[in-house]
Amino acid sequence: MPNMSLKKNPMPSQEPSVRRRNFDEVALGYTAEQAVDEAKRCLNCKNKPCVGACPVQIDIPAFIQLVAREDFEGAYQVIARSSSLPAVCGRVCPQESQCESKCVRGIKGEPVAIGRLERFVADWHNAHSSLADVMKPAPNGYKVAIVGSGPSGLTCAGDLVKKGYDVTLYEALHLAGGVLVYGIPEFRLPKAIVQQEIDTLKALGVHIETNMVIGKVLSVDELLEEGGFEAVFIGSGAGLPRFMNIPGENLKGVYSANEFLTRVNLMKAYRSDSATPIQNARRVAVVGGGNVAMDAARCAMRLGADEVSIVYRRSEKELPARAEEVEHAKEEGIQFRLLTNPVEILGDDDRCVNGMRCVEMELGEPDASGRRRPVVKEDSEFVLECDCVIMAIGTSPNPLIKSTTDGLETERWGGIIVDENGLTSRVGVYAGGDAVTGAATVILAMGAGKTAAAAMDEYIRAK
Amino acid sequence: MFKIVEKELLNPTVVRMVIDAPLVARKAQPGQFIILRTNADGERIPLTVADYDRETGTVTIIFQIVGATTEKLGHMAVGESLSDFVGPLGRATETEGLRKVAVIGGGVGCAIAYPVAKKLHEQGTEVHAIVGFRNKDLVILEKEFAAASSLLKVMTDDGSYGEHGLVTTALKALIDGGEQYDEVIAIGPLPMMKFVSLLTKEYGIKTVVSMNPIMIDGTGMCGGCRLTVDGETKFACVDGPEFDGHLVDFDEAMTRGGMYKVFERYAHEETCRLFQKEVQ
Repeated sequence: MPNMSLKKNPMPSQEPSVRRRNFDEVALGYTAEQAVDEAKRCLNCKNKPCVGACPVQIDIPAFIQLVAREDFEGAYQVIARSSSLPAVCGRVCPQESQCESKCVRGIKGEPVAIGRLERFVADWHNAHSSLADVMKPAPNGYKVAIVGSGPSGLTCAGDLVKKGYDVTLYEALHLAGGVLVYGIPEFRLPKAIVQQEIDTLKALGVHIETNMVIGKVLSVDELLEEGGFEAVFIGSGAGLPRFMNIPGENLKGVYSANEFLTRVNLMKAYRSDSATPIQNARRVAVVGGGNVAMDAARCAMRLGADEVSIVYRRSEKELPARAEEVEHAKEEGIQFRLLTNPVEILGDDDRCVNGMRCVEMELGEPDASGRRRPVVKEDSEFVLECDCVIMAIGTSPNPLIKSTTDGLETERWGGIIVDENGLTSRVGVYAGGDAVTGAATVILAMGAGKTAAAAMDEYIRAK
Repeated sequence: MFKIVEKELLNPTVVRMVIDAPLVARKAQPGQFIILRTNADGERIPLTVADYDRETGTVTIIFQIVGATTEKLGHMAVGESLSDFVGPLGRATETEGLRKVAVIGGGVGCAIAYPVAKKLHEQGTEVHAIVGFRNKDLVILEKEFAAASSLLKVMTDDGSYGEHGLVTTALKALIDGGEQYDEVIAIGPLPMMKFVSLLTKEYGIKTVVSMNPIMIDGTGMCGGCRLTVDGETKFACVDGPEFDGHLVDFDEAMTRGGMYKVFERYAHEETCRLFQKEVQ
């Protein structure tokens, strides 16, 4: 008998008043009993609308049926056929707009908590397996190179190594993981989990080369010509942070979200023993309304700020962040200054930030994106007091690879142009993730890595 | 891991190290920089390439002990290894078509100015070198500069060695004496580069300066190294580190450089205390 409860099993979480001052994971994960109970809410329907809404097409009802029967390892194996990073996706995927949005149970009541179940299964597997159990696939004798060890690169590497390729993964920073380690904070995605996924890839035979800025240390052409690689996948991510180009942006106390999050997450500036400094800010204004803005705001709160505000020029409905992230941020005391836009950052005599001049906005006619365009309300200027401003208004692709790879075509805004298989304008060179789409989600990047891996395999076998 | 193959104290606080890093050595050019971490928990610090040897696969760095990380680095010995050493990053110095150049180095900035002078000299450009130090004890690379230039002026702030005065004093005298330069390349502390640029602006001589702001990744990702050049925001790591000195907002760069001064001083003192304890 299915469990006909209209509501999901709630996720056990740290209390907001406690977690707002620590970096431990917010959501604690289902117990086995909760997972089985939740799995029984799945109707195992024939047409599986959830699967079509998953960018990597995990056979969702199949794994959930196995959870309901308490075969957690079996459930993991079903997920692993389609996803190389289940413990990550179970935590950071926007399930509410993907698989769960199509769940039949969601028509009347809440959908099945697919994301929470995926996380439970992945964590169960990680706790009950050892790297020694990982079977190295039989080598097929071909070498492939992957540039960037974020979600698209890791996925592409995982799929190709399982097909027997000799995979080398190049990472520019000193640690593999890309945005999963420098961007997404510990309290949302513990770094030990990312490390475990990376260790699994290593056990499968993937070579990871850190400190390799492709485009500088080696070029894509050198990889193809001298490195002996049959094909290259570029998953170099979204690179350069955008600023608003308003006065005062270079004052002390203004960070890009990339810099702020990198200091906190990659360089562990929140720990007292970290060699990397971060400003001890009291009143923080985060400009932007996406997941990155939420991450930055919640990090600032955890670093001990008295007051943290999100400053966003549209209304709550248009916030691009996941609903759950917005909810969590609010619970932790982050203030939302919506329909507000900065026009100038103000500084004191020492050129330290001491305020941000803002204007109020109202929503006008819809623009090209279909969202109502914010317009300035007359005579609405005011000063928001703050000593730190974090710009979380997006990024543009890093030009390093484009500028050093002849014949690699890009969009005017910098994104690498690819076909539906991830193939670029260069034979044997594939790309995916934010380097192609501009800032998007972990799971979309994974989907792109997966598509490209299949195309690379086909290309090399046909050679 | 990147092994330290040579180490030499150039003056009481300036250290020269040769690092085994074949991939970096293969492509390094004067003007470019590397980022290193001493150990797995270390901070990432940028240092400009002081020299390289493509055959032995080594890169030379010269650094002044100013903070916790350079203190730690200064205590490392030949045979020990750095956990990370990435580069070459940034753009190389443009030297093409230059016939006569004044290369100016200030303090430890001489370490970066030297490979530029050397490259210019080797390609046949006439090089006048002006190097400035606070006092006699801090003079570095004098012989090297002498070999890479047709005229060398060593200046000290207190007159304890060479000529008494600032590098701008010497530069002004040379220009007023009739020397005509295609370009001035100035590398050193921000105030020095600022005043050299102000001087050459009066004379209308193109001036290139090398900026060394606070950085994390060095690939354009964090934007921490941004500075204003001709009213526009630029990233030193990918757009530089060299810029037109007449267009750089030096005052802003100086304040931005002091962002973590208090933290750095504390961290440096802590590190010094740790090393003292080890010695005891």
